[in-house]
Amino acid sequence: MEEWMEKQIFEADLPDKTKIDLTNYLFGKNVSEEQFNQIFKQVAREYEYTRIEPAEAVGVIAAQSIGEPGTQMTMRTFHYAGVAEINVTLGLPRLIEIMDARKTPSTPTMTIYLTTEYATSRDRAREVSWQIEAAPLHEFGDIITDMVEMQVVVQLNREVCDRRKISVGDVMEKAPKKIRDRHHYRDFEAEEEEKTATLTFYPKNRESYQNLFQLAEFVRNVIVQGIDDIERVVVRKEEGEYILYTEGSNLKDVFEVAGVDTIRTRTNNIAEISEVLGIEAGRNAIIDEALSTLREQGISVDVRHIMLVSDMMCMEGEVKQIGRHGIAGEKESVLSRAAFEVTVNHLLDAAVANEVDILQGVTENVIVGQPIQLGTGDVKLIAKPINQE
Amino acid sequence: MVMGMSTTFNVLDHVMVPDHQIMSEEEVAVLLSTYTITQDQLPKMYHDDPAVKSIGANMGDVVKITRKSQTAGKAESYRLVVKRPKK
Repeated sequence: MEEWMEKQIFEADLPDKTKIDLTNYLFGKNVSEEQFNQIFKQVAREYEYTRIEPAEAVGVIAAQSIGEPGTQMTMRTFHYAGVAEINVTLGLPRLIEIMDARKTPSTPTMTIYLTTEYATSRDRAREVSWQIEAAPLHEFGDIITDMVEMQVVVQLNREVCDRRKISVGDVMEKAPKKIRDRHHYRDFEAEEEEKTATLTFYPKNRESYQNLFQLAEFVRNVIVQGIDDIERVVVRKEEGEYILYTEGSNLKDVFEVAGVDTIRTRTNNIAEISEVLGIEAGRNAIIDEALSTLREQGISVDVRHIMLVSDMMCMEGEVKQIGRHGIAGEKESVLSRAAFEVTVNHLLDAAVANEVDILQGVTENVIVGQPIQLGTGDVKLIAKPINQE
Repeated sequence: MVMGMSTTFNVLDHVMVPDHQIMSEEEVAVLLSTYTITQDQLPKMYHDDPAVKSIGANMGDVVKITRKSQTAGKAESYRLVVKRPKK
């Protein structure tokens, strides 16, 4: 291939991928000018064929292309998604969850990658996991509810604290503070004893057993290490590096943990991604999640349909659901909205607000019995005046 | 830089975040005339979007987004920076 050919390909109005594929294919091959021109023309023509026609109903095609395979998906699949022992919602429920743009998925999970120094050793990976996995106080020692003295005594185990890389002082300082902040429970006093590593809690009301037991319950379960939302962390080795899989998700807090790779770490919570990383990352997350859900079920849907759905959901700067609280509910046309769900409410509100329907969409025109503005219905006769002074 | 995050973290480095660039006024004018659209017909992004803050774009700016596309290899998209509506 000669230089001018490469230049012509580079400057052509073709997608990047086509250009690269074509250049790679022709690289090192001996093609004449005539052959090249023919190849180039054919490629350009093939590309032209793959493009969607103007006024094509892409939305309807996307809806059917996702809807039909969707009917073949298993209804309730709750299973272990191959990776570790972590339970993830899959199949139709997950797809619905994605399209509904739920604030939190029913099984939030994260894939946490580690920076090189932590990713190579299991022990170092475990260190990071201690900083992430929510650990309640009862894992750090023995808790005794003393009914004679009306107090809850925590005897911390120094070995456990050392192993989990947290100082006894930190645990003792954190526990009472967290009970007050997180559980909004303030009817107690706490006493720390650094030397013996004991932490004693007294309820304010020294007469009530109920209060004592309630306090004991809070003390047992207060999270003293890790991130509250992340219930479980599993360390796995994949392709030569250690990766953490979690049950529960909190992208923002995990990013602040030392050793976490903030470039690749991800979550299956789309709302969280769009909040922490922006709307464009949210768009990518919808595509990735929808595609992997479908693929896991052995269904192949063209990415372009999913890209269209995802684009629509992220059009306004935040992730919107498909249903009546999102895209379908915010359409311009009254008739179109009324045709979808809660018909009477829409018509009534429109009447009160004196709304006008300009009948430009598909649904409205079907309702009133006019040709729809799609395909050939969209073509209007335009006269170009010639020989006119 | 996003508030509250460690100083080394930049959202633009994340694999899921495509490249964001603020467009100059001339570029915007060319863009709008090629597609014969008005500025408010562009897709939007909020002024407090982490990526917007990271590149320092202001309300009314048009941001050019260069995505990695699964179909075309590379695809350009544009978003107008708008104020987040009050709920």
